[in-house]
Amino acid sequence: MHPVLFLILAALLIVSALCVVLQPSPVRSALSLVVTLFLMAVTFLLLDAQLVAALQVVVYAGAIVVLFLFVIMLLNLRDEPRALARLGTQATALVLGSLFLLALIRFLVTPPKLSASASAATGMATPVSADFGSAQVLAERLFTHYLLAFEVTSVLLLVAIIGAVVLAKRKLV
Amino acid sequence: MTAVPISWYLILGAVLFTIGTLGVLIRRNVIVIFLSIEVMLNAVNLVFVSLSRHLHSMDGQVIVFFVMTVAAAEAAVGLAIIITVFRNRQTVNVDELNLLRW
Repeated sequence: MHPVLFLILAALLIVSALCVVLQPSPVRSALSLVVTLFLMAVTFLLLDAQLVAALQVVVYAGAIVVLFLFVIMLLNLRDEPRALARLGTQATALVLGSLFLLALIRFLVTPPKLSASASAATGMATPVSADFGSAQVLAERLFTHYLLAFEVTSVLLLVAIIGAVVLAKRKLV
Repeated sequence: MTAVPISWYLILGAVLFTIGTLGVLIRRNVIVIFLSIEVMLNAVNLVFVSLSRHLHSMDGQVIVFFVMTVAAAEAAVGLAIIITVFRNRQTVNVDELNLLRW
């Protein structure tokens, strides 16, 4: 991965994320989010996470954003005269956001030593085995070490389904 | 193999997370606020995947799997709430939804 290619990808990601935030129309925001998610999937591929990249496209871009678009079109929103907050709020948000970003970067450029692996010392990625990030390796971890969390997730999804149906149902009276 | 230092990916994640935070702070449409939250979740996923690659551990990718599940559940319930609110108040502007404000 050439650094220039990474910088191009990062610039596209930042521009599309800014489009999500700044577009006046919610439909355009949602479509910009699709672009962001696809670019993120490319980034995951560069990081040897093939299965996560595929899930990103199928689950996020395929299911979640379609749900968003469906609701946006169902609500048939009128055009807003003022999509953004007051100027004072915007300025405060910008200042707080910059401080937050500085704090994050200050922490992230010197990542704490999380392990004694060789890559931790240099900050450069070291080669991984060929099947790293494949469905088999991820599933082995998921269905052994994280089995309880996986089962609890099914309960979470069931609760979400029931909650969504109950909330969105029109009152019968 | 990748010749890009791990910290570049982490900084990209921080920038995307901040953009999502700004979206939550400055937008008035509750659906766009939701979309900004998805941007924040994705920024965190990027950090998880890059640290997983960095540490040669699959745990980060497994957690991304769980984050996606929770995001899907959150989107379903949240959008149902938005539909209900819109049905009662005819608006999705957070400035007008101030009944719980002190």
